Amino acid sequence: MTKKQKKMLIRILTAAALMITLKFVPLSGIPLFLLWLIPYGIIGWDILKKAWNGILNRQVFDENFLMAVATLGALAIGLLKTGDYDEAVAVMLFYQIGELFQSYAVGKSRRNISELMDIRPDYANIEQGGQLTRVDPDEVEIGTVIVVNPGEKIPLDGVVESGESSLNTSALTGESVPRDVKPGDEVISGCINMSGMLHIRTTKAFGESTVSKVLDLVENASSRKSRSENFIARFARYYTPVVVIGAAVLAVLPPLIRLLLSLTPEWGEWVYRALTFLVISCPCALVISIPLSFFAGIGGAGKAGILIKGSNYLEVLAKTGTVVFDKTGTLTMGVFDVVDIHHSELDRETMLEYAALAECASSHPIAASIRKAWGKPIDLSRVGKVEEIGGNGVVVEIDGKQVAAGSSRLMRHLGIEPVECRSPGTIVHMAIDGGYAGHIVISDVVKPDAAEAIAALKRAGVRSTVMLTGDGPSAAAQVAEALGIDRVHSNLLPGDKVDKVEELLQEKDAGKTLAFVGDGVNDAPVLSRADLGIAMGAMGSDAAIEAADVVLMDDSPMKVSKAIRIARKCMGIVRENIIFALGVKGICLVLGALGIAGMWLAVFADVGVMILAVINAIRALYVKNL
Amino acid sequence: MKKTYKIEVDCANCANKMEDAARKISGVKEVTVNFMTLKMIVEFEEGADPAAVMEQVLDACKKVEEDCEIYL
Repeated sequence: MTKKQKKMLIRILTAAALMITLKFVPLSGIPLFLLWLIPYGIIGWDILKKAWNGILNRQVFDENFLMAVATLGALAIGLLKTGDYDEAVAVMLFYQIGELFQSYAVGKSRRNISELMDIRPDYANIEQGGQLTRVDPDEVEIGTVIVVNPGEKIPLDGVVESGESSLNTSALTGESVPRDVKPGDEVISGCINMSGMLHIRTTKAFGESTVSKVLDLVENASSRKSRSENFIARFARYYTPVVVIGAAVLAVLPPLIRLLLSLTPEWGEWVYRALTFLVISCPCALVISIPLSFFAGIGGAGKAGILIKGSNYLEVLAKTGTVVFDKTGTLTMGVFDVVDIHHSELDRETMLEYAALAECASSHPIAASIRKAWGKPIDLSRVGKVEEIGGNGVVVEIDGKQVAAGSSRLMRHLGIEPVECRSPGTIVHMAIDGGYAGHIVISDVVKPDAAEAIAALKRAGVRSTVMLTGDGPSAAAQVAEALGIDRVHSNLLPGDKVDKVEELLQEKDAGKTLAFVGDGVNDAPVLSRADLGIAMGAMGSDAAIEAADVVLMDDSPMKVSKAIRIARKCMGIVRENIIFALGVKGICLVLGALGIAGMWLAVFADVGVMILAVINAIRALYVKNL
Repeated sequence: MKKTYKIEVDCANCANKMEDAARKISGVKEVTVNFMTLKMIVEFEEGADPAAVMEQVLDACKKVEEDCEIYL
């Protein structure tokens, strides 16, 4: 508890003790009233002060004003009629208990969530003259060798220079299996070094390192407010004045009508009912529990390695009806291998040699896989003019021969009829000096949990799954069938993907949303065009982190359905809280107006609803078994 | 230009009130108060002087919620 909270607790206890004592004091009239003012003052002075300031600043209708009017009114009724003052004090007391609980619960979950994301490294070790010195990670320059001892956090992104160890990445990815690293491996900041000492050559400054990016993202997450939050803020703005007006009407109208009907007006009774109204009218339960639910949901998702950039995205995520996958890197590993060469009159070596030379300038993973399969250094002097044919391939001069390597479209573009291939994978057709020379089959390995992930999405209520790929139709259909994907769009160039997603956005059901899952390579425009962009395994890919709304910190497609379930749970809690709080308030207002519920019940209902709603909201933090 | 300030405030509704008050200050284009992370993210109008604007924002917030604080 903070100092402020402790002080409040003491005030509450003192007032409660005084209240009980006063129940047994054999006094009446003015002296008793004055005695009761002591606990009332102790528990309520700050509320009265705030209410007064509110009036001065023309901010009349806030909860302090409501509580002040209700309790002062109750005191007045006690003095003039009943001689009971306990209600006024009790209302203040319970109101303060509620406020204290709320501030404690919020502080607690705030700490909980920041502990979950406790990945900020405090220092980096640098070797200087044979001695290890601790320095601020911010001061470490790119290319410096840092030392990470077992048990320490890796402070900066880098490459292992020497040493072997296993890393605990769970704070970042939610993955509990440690990752083994050896010299040459890339490591990201925020992981904990578990077994051996590592020397790491840093590749990024602290501000650009993974850990800074993630923290930045998490800290700014709940600043993008959801529709529900905005609704509640607007609602609170109107609700309170409406109830106050209702209370005023209730205090004045029935007695006047009774007067007209020549009955006794019963002013005291109706004013009391009106004051009860005021006590009920405080919108605290809603105003606190809704943002808290979202905050807890985002925190829980963060713990599971799912970064959600704002509360509004939780809302969108919960309504996902269509999930579109960009095949490479999401459903497949994105690691390509040359598996075969078909219809070639040249021998394998020569074919690969030409292909490797043709693709020497490309950074595309397919090109890299061909160079890897060739496996020998490339003599660039043999390569002449290189011409890229818009996403379809290249035409290159090698040893004076014109070599074309690319899709079947490239072949037809050059007036060559390619031999279609039925093997799954990406096909690179080759032509030399205008004659067809065969094709290379390059295949990408499907992730082991891809099929399960699609099934999990179906179970989570996703109506349709779509795969976008640059592969040929037969290969694409094979993969889709193996994984259980509903629809496939094949032969797409990177630029076509945005158009396809536009089309799918047109087709989807109203009220449902479309999520696009990509690995962050070449798909930033699509990520931002979809209702919800999910970037996968995006650690380190800045463009993807920037463009996506949800970032999955590891490569598992299972996380997509998990994210949807977390969002559903969170939205469910939000709905429960809205209905529960409004329902109870509504019932209490009716009971209060009818004179069945008194102030005691009103304040119990108010504080009780708030406490239950807050506890319910915190449930959103627990997402482990989803 | 966007700047983030750390704030201190006790209740969610008070945070909403601060947000409303800050939005009315000239020079403030958009403002979000995040009660959960206790942060105020202010986007300033082109050419506005953040320091001067924030003085006014703080004044306005103090008016609606006495015991709030913005760490400038």
